[in-house]
Amino acid sequence: MAIELPENVVVSKLDELANWCRKNSLWPMPFATACCGIELMATGASRHDLARFGAEVFRFSPRQCDLMIVAGRVAMKMLPVLQRIWQQMSEPKWCISMGACASTGGVFDTYAVVQGIDRFIPVDMYVPGCPPRPEQLIQAIIDLQDKIQAEGTIMGDEFELPARQQPKRALIELPVIPAPAIHRL
Amino acid sequence: MTRPEMIQALQSAYPEIKTSEFRGDTRIVVPRERLRAVMSILRDERSFDLLVDVTCVDYLNYRGAQDRFGLVYLLASTTSNERITVRVFVNEPDLTVASMVPLWEGANWMEREVWDMFGIRFEGHPDLRRILMPDEFTAFPLRKDYPLQGRGERHNFPVLTRNKG
Repeated sequence: MAIELPENVVVSKLDELANWCRKNSLWPMPFATACCGIELMATGASRHDLARFGAEVFRFSPRQCDLMIVAGRVAMKMLPVLQRIWQQMSEPKWCISMGACASTGGVFDTYAVVQGIDRFIPVDMYVPGCPPRPEQLIQAIIDLQDKIQAEGTIMGDEFELPARQQPKRALIELPVIPAPAIHRL
Repeated sequence: MTRPEMIQALQSAYPEIKTSEFRGDTRIVVPRERLRAVMSILRDERSFDLLVDVTCVDYLNYRGAQDRFGLVYLLASTTSNERITVRVFVNEPDLTVASMVPLWEGANWMEREVWDMFGIRFEGHPDLRRILMPDEFTAFPLRKDYPLQGRGERHNFPVLTRNKG
């Protein structure tokens, strides 16, 4: 059965159309806590110009965002805030862990710093570097766009896969040293 | 009044005060019970009107140290540009020192930080809460017997997976 289509009509799958829309209008939530945040700002500014990839609309309300960029180390007092903001973002949503500290804790292997946000929230893309160059962040966003185009569905079924329900990294339980009685409040 | 005269006047009033001099800076070591009185004199009669810093040192396993905790009060005078260091040593189990908030309002947060990090109680402090660590934190992390990587506090969070988002 042949249907005569005008030249300006393209037939596609609805999933691919949704993915194409989503990947080209990522709205980042800048969770910038340290020097990575400066590189994040540089990425959004005119020289590196994140607008070329449709991701320049930094919004400070999580309700308006669908891409969380965690730029910098997350202290244990900050992690409940990070989780709250992640939960407030509307689906579909993605997360980029930018820099060594957000991904692994970096040099801050101390009592107060979370050793990688992927232990506690889902992460889609990691950017190495301390801090990463803006080009690296742009590459991560391009890779994330490829990922969205390749596996996205309009209903978000890809987020329901059993493999995505596992925490990214198993918690390594440190031996809990009991506090002496004097340390209690 | 010059500085040696001031030290001499202090020592005649409180003979248990020890003083020392290092590269032009004066340091006085005050017994805990006398801290409030000596600080009042320094502020009201010697014009040390600025409390620059309150901090603490844990001397656990420190070579030659006799006391566990050494509190450091750095005072400055905005009129005579003099500076002086006041030190107080405290030991377990009674880790309490008089609060300096009645004398200098600025002591409030600095004493809260010392409480948060070292667990030194400040008697008379209006609002002695943790200032850096979360309220539910139980340890005092800058003590030398606290492990560098903590007691598991930084792992004690719920894990959010995709379907909980």
